[in-house]
Amino acid sequence: MSSTTFRSATQVSVNGQTRNFEGPPHQNALEFFRDQGLTAAKEGCAEGECGACAIMVARPDTDGTTRWTSMNSCLLPAAALDGQEVITAEGLESEELHPVQQEMAVRGGSQCGYCTPGFICSMAAEFYRPERADDAQAACDDCGPNGFDIHSLSGNLCRCTGYRPIRDAAYALGQPETDDALAARRGQPAPQPVATDITAADTASGKIGRFRRPATLDEALDILAAEPETQLVAGATDFGVEVNIKGVRAKSVLAIDRLAELRGIQYTDDYIELGAAHTLSELERELAGSIPLLGSLFPQFASRLIRNAATIGGNLGTGSPIGDTPPALLALEAQLVLSSVRGQRVVDLADFFTGYRQTIADDDELISAIRIPRPLAPLTSFQKIAKRRFDDISSVAIGYALTVEHGIVTKARIGLGGVAATPLRAKDTEAKLEGAPFNLDAFRSAAEVLASEGTPMDDHRASSQYRIAMLRSSLERFYAQHLETNIDSGATKGESR
Amino acid sequence: MSHLSQRPADPIVGETHYHESAFDHVTGRALYTDDLGGRLTGLLHAYPVQSTNAHAKLNSVDPSGAYEVPGVVRVITAQDIPGVNDQGAKQDEPMLPEDEIMFYGQPIAWVLADTLEAAREAAAHVVVDVEELPSLITVKDAIEADSFHGIQPVMAKGDLDAGFEQAAHIFTGELEFAGQEHFYLETQAALAQVDENGQVMVNSSTQHPTEAQDIVAQVLGVPAHEVTIQCLRMGGGFGGKEMQSHGYAAVAALGATLTGRPVRLRLNRTLDITMTGKRHGFHSSWKVGFSQDGKIVALEATLTSDGGWSLDLSEPVLTRALCHIDNAYWVPNIRVHGRIAKCHKTSQTAFRGFGGPQGMLVMEDLLGRVAPKLGLSPAELRRRNFYSEGQDTPYYQPVRQHDRLVTAWNQVVTNADIEARQAEVAEFNARNQYVKRAIAMTPVKFGISFNLTAFNQGGALVLVYKDGSVLVNHGGTEMGQGLHTKMLQVAATTLGVPLSMVRLAPTRTDKVPNTSATAASSGTDLNGGAVKDACEQIQSRLTQVAAGMLGAPAHEVRFNRGVVSALSSKETVTWQELVNTAYFQRIQLSAAGFYRTEGLHWDLSIMKGEPFKYFVYGVAASEVEVSAFDGSYVLRRVDIVHDVGDSLSPLIDLGQIEGGFVQGAGWLTLEDLRWDTSDGPGRGRVATQGASTYKIPSFSEAPEEFNVALLDKAHEEGAIYGSKAVGEPPLMLAFSVREALREAVAAFGPAGTSVDLASPATPEAVFWAIETARGHQLGTPPTPAVGIAEDRRVPS
Repeated sequence: MSSTTFRSATQVSVNGQTRNFEGPPHQNALEFFRDQGLTAAKEGCAEGECGACAIMVARPDTDGTTRWTSMNSCLLPAAALDGQEVITAEGLESEELHPVQQEMAVRGGSQCGYCTPGFICSMAAEFYRPERADDAQAACDDCGPNGFDIHSLSGNLCRCTGYRPIRDAAYALGQPETDDALAARRGQPAPQPVATDITAADTASGKIGRFRRPATLDEALDILAAEPETQLVAGATDFGVEVNIKGVRAKSVLAIDRLAELRGIQYTDDYIELGAAHTLSELERELAGSIPLLGSLFPQFASRLIRNAATIGGNLGTGSPIGDTPPALLALEAQLVLSSVRGQRVVDLADFFTGYRQTIADDDELISAIRIPRPLAPLTSFQKIAKRRFDDISSVAIGYALTVEHGIVTKARIGLGGVAATPLRAKDTEAKLEGAPFNLDAFRSAAEVLASEGTPMDDHRASSQYRIAMLRSSLERFYAQHLETNIDSGATKGESR
Repeated sequence: MSHLSQRPADPIVGETHYHESAFDHVTGRALYTDDLGGRLTGLLHAYPVQSTNAHAKLNSVDPSGAYEVPGVVRVITAQDIPGVNDQGAKQDEPMLPEDEIMFYGQPIAWVLADTLEAAREAAAHVVVDVEELPSLITVKDAIEADSFHGIQPVMAKGDLDAGFEQAAHIFTGELEFAGQEHFYLETQAALAQVDENGQVMVNSSTQHPTEAQDIVAQVLGVPAHEVTIQCLRMGGGFGGKEMQSHGYAAVAALGATLTGRPVRLRLNRTLDITMTGKRHGFHSSWKVGFSQDGKIVALEATLTSDGGWSLDLSEPVLTRALCHIDNAYWVPNIRVHGRIAKCHKTSQTAFRGFGGPQGMLVMEDLLGRVAPKLGLSPAELRRRNFYSEGQDTPYYQPVRQHDRLVTAWNQVVTNADIEARQAEVAEFNARNQYVKRAIAMTPVKFGISFNLTAFNQGGALVLVYKDGSVLVNHGGTEMGQGLHTKMLQVAATTLGVPLSMVRLAPTRTDKVPNTSATAASSGTDLNGGAVKDACEQIQSRLTQVAAGMLGAPAHEVRFNRGVVSALSSKETVTWQELVNTAYFQRIQLSAAGFYRTEGLHWDLSIMKGEPFKYFVYGVAASEVEVSAFDGSYVLRRVDIVHDVGDSLSPLIDLGQIEGGFVQGAGWLTLEDLRWDTSDGPGRGRVATQGASTYKIPSFSEAPEEFNVALLDKAHEEGAIYGSKAVGEPPLMLAFSVREALREAVAAFGPAGTSVDLASPATPEAVFWAIETARGHQLGTPPTPAVGIAEDRRVPS
C-alpha cells in the first residue's frame, strides 16, 4: 500500500468548481451537493428508482475520451467522487438555457418541477451521447428522429405530466452546437480514479467510518484479507439502498469499481471474459449484441441511471435471488473468477449461490471476472415478468439458451430467478427438453416440469401461484417467439463476433 | 355571457403560456420547502419514532436513551404539547398518541438533533412500552367487526322497488378496489422558526395554508395571528397535502418553540408512505336493474370506504363518491348507502377526484361486466344511458350541458377513427392466439365545487407599485397544476397589462387570510374570481384617473396590454404613466379581492341540493394490447376530448389532462398498494413502502400515441373568463384503459364473456382474468373471482 498516495479529503469538481468533501463515508453525493447549497438535485425515493437526484459524471469512454454519464446521486457515496467531474442541473445553464432546459421548459415538460432537474441531467447525458447522431440516421427502435433513446429516461419518474411533453422535448433536441463546452469536454480524457482513504465521523453522533479506494487489485485484496468484514462496493446501487433505507453504516467501505484489473472485455477461443467492474451500460455498449441473450437482457435491467453505475460483478456478488443477470448467465453456463490474496479460482455460477444472499465466495474473495463459454447457444431468450415494463424488479426471470439440430433440441440451459431463495438452473426441464423435438407438444409437456422447479413464494410483487403459472407459460412463449425464426443451428450463428 | 365569464378584447387568458416557474424548474433554481433549510443556522432535524404495532395500548414512552446519542437536543412526546393534541379538524387525530396506538408506523415521538443521522439513530433508542390489541386491517375486517366512523349517508331518489319491478334484467355483484399512494415526488416537508417577536413562521409544503395555520395554532395553544404559514410551491400534492401536511407543520413548529432553533422536518419516502394517508380503497356491493332495451332502471348500492384510523377527509370523500356513482348516466330509481370503515391503517385522505373516481369506478365496472350479459357492446350500453334533457342527478341537481357528453363522444369516435380501428382490432385478434387488443370508450361527468358550500370562497391581494409593476397574492397554492400561471393571465387580462408586468408572490397566510384548500379542482375558479375582483377594483379607480388624462368619459377607457386609451381620444397613456399619475393623486393602488361561488346549496343530511356550480365532461378512447403469457399489456393509443370551458391556458390544461389521465391509469392498473394482513409481527405494515415496490407509471406506461383535444364551443357562464376547472376530472378518463383491458381479456374467451377484473388490473390480475376467460390453462388464482349474478332474465 505504501506505493499509493492516498488523499484524506475528497475533492470533487462540481459544475467546474472544486468542492471539498470531508463527511462520513455513508454520506451520499446528493446530501453532499445539497449541503453545499446546490439544491437542484432532489431526494425523491433514496433508492435509485425515481431519478430526481440524477447528475452527470464524466466517465472514460473506450476510446480515451469522456462520456457524460447520468447517475443517481442518492446512491453514490460522495467519497467515491474523489477527483471526479460532476455536472448538476445548475451547471448546465451558462449565459443562456441549455437546449435540454429550453425544450423542457417551453413544451410543458415540467409541472411541479421537482423531478425536473433529474430529468434534465438524464436528458443532457443522452443529448451528449456520441452515437446519437448515428442512431438518428439509422432510425433505431425506441429512438426519436434525432436518435434520442427514450429509454435513457426510464429511471426518471414524473407524477405530473404523463410524460408526453417530456418525450416531445427529448425528440425536439438537435445535436450540440460547435461551441458547446460540455460537448467539447467529451474530446478530452475523463478524470482517472483517485486512490482515496478517508476516515470521518458524523458531526453529531460521532460514528466513524472509513472509505478506501485502492489503486490496484492487489491492494484491494490485501485489505480484504486483513479486514474481511470490509464492505465491498462497486456501483453502490445495492449498497446505497442499504445505507439510505435500512440505515446500514459500514465501518469500512472498499470501492473496487474503478480497478483496471476488474474492467474490460476479453475474447478468447473458449470464452468471453467480462470484467466484474464493468458497468451494465458499458457491457451493453461494448458487447453490442455479440452475446444476444445479454443483449436482450440489458434494456430490461433496471434503468439507464442504474445501469450506468451498477456492475455485473455487483449484480452477482449481492447474491440476490431476483437479480436479473443470474438467470441469463446461468443459461449461458457462466463461470466466475474469484480472486483473493491466495490466488484465483474459477467456479461455475450454478454452484455460486448457496442460500438467500449467500454465496460460496470466502470473506477475502471478490468476483474479478465472469466468463461466458463459447460457442454460444444459438437460440436464446430472456423473459422478465414484472409489474412495470421497465425499471422494475422481476417477479420471475427466465434465461434460455438452446441448441436445436435437425429439429431436435440437443442442448438446453435454463436459468431461473425469483422462484427460490437463490437463482437456479431448471435442470429437470433441461433434461426433459434435451433429445425432444422442437415442437409445441414437446414444449408443452416440458412446461409441467418447469412449473415444478423452484419453490416460489407470495410477496407484494406476485403470488406464488402466478410465479408458478409464469414458469408454466414460459416455454410456450419461448417457442412462439422462435417459431418464425430459423431455429436450426446449421442455419444460424448465435455469435456475431 | 355573465360579467364573470366575459373576456375583454385581446385577452391574455386563452393564450398558450408555459408554466410561470418553468425556467426555474429546469435550472434547479426553483426552491421547495426543504431547499430552504440549508440557509438557516442552528437547524435541527426531526425524525420520528414509529409504532411497530397496528393497534396497541401505549403504556409509556421513555426517551432517555435518545439523549445518550450525541447531537440530540430534544425528544417531543404528547406531554410536550401545550395546546390541543390534535392534528385534524375532527378531534379524533392526536398528533402524538397518549394512550393508544392506532396504526403501524404511527409517529409516537419525534427526535430533534443537530444532524439527521443523529436524530435517526436516537429514534431507535426511544423505548416504547405497549400492549398489543386486536387490529382490523382490511375493509372486510372492519365490516365484519361492524367498525365504522363518521356519517353514514344515504342518497335516494325515485322508487327503488318499482324500478326493480319493471326491470327485465337484474344483476348483483361486488367490487373491492384498492386505494392509491399519492407519490408526489416531493415528500411531506415543513420548516419552522420563531421570529424575533415570537411569531411562528412555518414553511410548509401544503395545499391548505390556512388550515395548517389553524392546526399549528391549536397545537401550540396560541391565536392564529401568532402563526404564519408560507408555501413557496409543492413538488406535487394531488390531495395528499390538503390535510396530511398539517401534523408535520405542527411538529416542526412545536420543536421550534421548544428549542428556539429552526426545525426541519422532511419525511423520506419510506416515512411518507408508512405515515401518510392515501386514496381510499372501497368495498362496494350493488344490485342493478335494466330495461329490455338496456336502460338502467334501478340501482341499489352500498359503498364502504377504507377510512383508516381517523376521519380526516373521509366524510366529504364519501359524499363525493355517492354523488358520482351515476357518472354520466341517468338512474331514475336509486338508493346508495355509504359508510366509512374504521381500521388500523393510515388515515386515508383526499386524492385527485376525492371519492369521485371511486363512485364512478363502481358504475363503470358494473357496466363493463353486464354489457356482455345484455348482449350489448359496452360502448353501446354506455351511450344508451347518457343523461338527456330534463334529467337530474340522484341528488336532484339538473344535469346542464349534458349535450356535451354526446358531442365529445362523437368527436372521439371521429377523431380516433374508432369504427375502422375496431375492425382492425377484430382482425388482429382473429390472427393472434397469444395477444389480443381492444378499444374501449368511457365518459366522465364530474361536479365542480366543494360539496360543503362554505368552502367555495377565495381571496386575493393585488398590489400595484408606483412603477406599474404588479404583485399578485392569492389564497391558492401551486403544486405544479399551473394555478399561478393562470392567475398571472387573469390579472394581466383584467388590468390590461402585459404578462411580464405581473409577478406572483408565494402563498402566505399573512397576505390572504381564511382561504380554502387548493383542492376540488377549484383553485382557478375561486382564486381567479378573487384576483379578478381585486384587479377590477384597482382598475375602476384608475379608470377615473385615465379619463382625466385622456380627456374622455370614464366608460370609454380601455386597458390593453399596458396601453390605456379611450374611443373619443387620440391620446394614449402607458400603464406606467397612469399608475404614477394615480399615485400622486393619492389613489389607492392595491386591493383585496374576494369571490364566492353563487347559486350553491346542499343539505348533507338528506343528500339533496345543487352542490356543484357546473359539471365537467370528457370522453376517452383507449386501445390496449394484452399478452396471455403473463397478463402484461401496453397502452397503444389514447384519444381524448375534454371540456375545460374556454381554456384560460391551453398548454397548462393539456398538461392537466394528460397527467391526470396517466395518474388515473396508474391507480387502475399498476399501482398496487399492499398491507401486511397476516397475523405475524408485521401485521398492518405497508408492504409496498418505497419506489422499488410501489410502482407508479413510468415512460413505458404512458400511451404510445396520445391525442388530446379540448372541446370546442365550451364557454362556461358560471366561472372565471368562461373556463372550467381541470385538475381532477381527467383522472377519470382512465377508466377507458381498465375497460379496454377487460374487453381484451374477454377476447381470449368465447363471445359474450363477462370479465371480472381486479383493481388495480396489474399484469397478474389481468393474467388471472384471461385464465378465467379461457378456462384455466396455466393455473388457478390465489383468490378466485366471484362473478356477477343475474337474478332475473325476462325472455324477450
